[in-house]
Amino acid sequence: MPDRRIRVLVAKPGLDGHDRGAKVIARALRDAGMEVIYTGLRQTPEMIVSAALQEDVDVIGLSILSGAHNALVPRLMQLLRDKEMSDVIVILGGIVPDADIPQMKEQGVAAVFQPGASLEDIVSTIHRLKDKN
Amino acid sequence: MSVVLDKPAYTTLSGKPIERLYTPADLADFDPARDLGEPGSWPYTRGIHATMYRGKLWTMRQFAGFGTPEETNRRYHYLLSQGQSGLSVAFDLPTLMGYDADHMQSEGEVGKCGVAISSLADMETLFDGIPVEQVTTSMTINSPASVLWAMYLVVAEKQNASWEKISGTTQNDILKEYIAQKEYIYPPRPSMRLVTDTIEFGVKHVPRWNPISISGYHIREAGSTAVQELAFTLRDGIEYVEWAVERGLAVDDFAPRLSFFFNSHSDFFEEIAKFRAARKVWAQTMRDRFGAKNERSLLCRFHTQTAGCSLTAQQPYNNVARTALQALAAVLGGTQSLHTNSLDEAWALPTEEAALIALRTQQVIAYESGVTAAADPLGGSYFVERLTLDTERDTLEYFRKIDALGGMIAAIERGFPQREIADASYEFQRALETQEKVMVGVNKFNTSDEAPLPLLVIDESAAAQQTEKLRHLRASRDNKRVSETLRALETAARGTANTMPYILDCVRAYATLGEICDAFRTVFGTYEETSIT
Repeated sequence: MPDRRIRVLVAKPGLDGHDRGAKVIARALRDAGMEVIYTGLRQTPEMIVSAALQEDVDVIGLSILSGAHNALVPRLMQLLRDKEMSDVIVILGGIVPDADIPQMKEQGVAAVFQPGASLEDIVSTIHRLKDKN
Repeated sequence: MSVVLDKPAYTTLSGKPIERLYTPADLADFDPARDLGEPGSWPYTRGIHATMYRGKLWTMRQFAGFGTPEETNRRYHYLLSQGQSGLSVAFDLPTLMGYDADHMQSEGEVGKCGVAISSLADMETLFDGIPVEQVTTSMTINSPASVLWAMYLVVAEKQNASWEKISGTTQNDILKEYIAQKEYIYPPRPSMRLVTDTIEFGVKHVPRWNPISISGYHIREAGSTAVQELAFTLRDGIEYVEWAVERGLAVDDFAPRLSFFFNSHSDFFEEIAKFRAARKVWAQTMRDRFGAKNERSLLCRFHTQTAGCSLTAQQPYNNVARTALQALAAVLGGTQSLHTNSLDEAWALPTEEAALIALRTQQVIAYESGVTAAADPLGGSYFVERLTLDTERDTLEYFRKIDALGGMIAAIERGFPQREIADASYEFQRALETQEKVMVGVNKFNTSDEAPLPLLVIDESAAAQQTEKLRHLRASRDNKRVSETLRALETAARGTANTMPYILDCVRAYATLGEICDAFRTVFGTYEETSIT
């Protein structure tokens, strides 16, 4: 495939409305030359997967701050498998305690960014994961 | 390691330039009689009481709530036994969004960010053994505020406590939800009507209740500057006053019960100036814009919380120092009540041990530091007075912009405050990346191997327990009465009547939060924002 800009869906699942992180990341990825689609708030895993399919994205970036990742991420990953979209890279940012990271990785999440992660690190991780894919 | 500093950018945390030295020349436009007055006197820059903390310390009010009502009730009894002077309820996300614990959208969220309350039965459990006439209770609830308030009022009825005597605060500030925190259900205008209903009902029936806590906290947490926090909050206040006046209420009848809630962030002097400017601008606004005559209408009474977004997940014990400095700024700024964050809150809701250190931090300031002895001890500082005047000027400039847009609701609909905040938060993140701004342990002075912090884990069984209680409730209550009261509420919502009496009837019949909010959803619809990134 010719050089296509990396397409990222920034998604905010769950009931939480704290979108500062999601919006800063969306802008930073755009500034880094990626095409970014932001889903807006309170998206169900079904809505996120459907948006990812429609927008033909390479990456889904989930922002979850409420502690609901243990319920939401497995559902989303199952939906991606059901739709044969496992090539979509899923990264997760937010308040995810160390103890939950192994489970997120087992589910297929490629990278987890905890509070204090730098934008530079997030951008370079996406490039690295995309190159591997 | 080099100790030579990089070229320093001497700006406040919000990016305002700071001079090396402030002298009388910086205060050429400053008139102490006009701009300062005395504590307890016009224009209230120095505080709302003449005696300030000699007369009464601030209320130490730690926000708490998690899991089931039983678990949170135990935490309240513990906090009260440790000398905390008021309660502050944190609700979980389903409650904040008006969903019952057994709703599909509640999956994974029940009891996680606060306590799960779906009905009067849960509220009765939450306040079991706590006489509501003897404590003041603050409830952080917005879109469904009138419903949760009604539950509290019915708990008071059941304890034979007089509505005339109970006191507390419902946050009930819907405008900042559209601006910043985004926990809204209905569109802005019907939401404003519900807020106005509570203000009107409070004036007539619950005179010591603060029906609204007009909040800058969440605006700041969303990434605003200090001035944006102040300007958007006070401008929201103007909007609420306009709606209540439009309803036919006399400004001096309700304005004394309006209260505010600010953030105390890490830039010490910028925050103190913000609190001082808040009082002055609000007093001027109430007198000059609304013609308030009652002195109590002029007072900007506020609660403060230290800045959650300043807490670091890295080296979390440093957060105790951050919180202490932020709390000190709030006290020097003259706050009426204070919540200090716990050291572990970048990771989770606080453990009991962490919450106790946070409370003790306030007690150290109150009882050991000596800062409570003199009112407004920084008054007259060239630097602080300059910052206060500048904050006032910049706040009034935002007022003019928002007025020109047609008021706050029109400004929100156009995304004006949302865009201002998004720009400021991106700018701050960029400054962190380049180390123009420093967060200790995050972008400077990092360490690699940190011992894991003990965290509060919310038992996943809360959802099952709350679901089971709802099943039992729906089976045991008088369902005919429930549907009658809900139908009456829906009819009232379609008209112009005050909805509070109808909500109270639904609550007394044990209609659930979700059922009551669904009645409103049917009438008002729900709101979807256009996201600004």
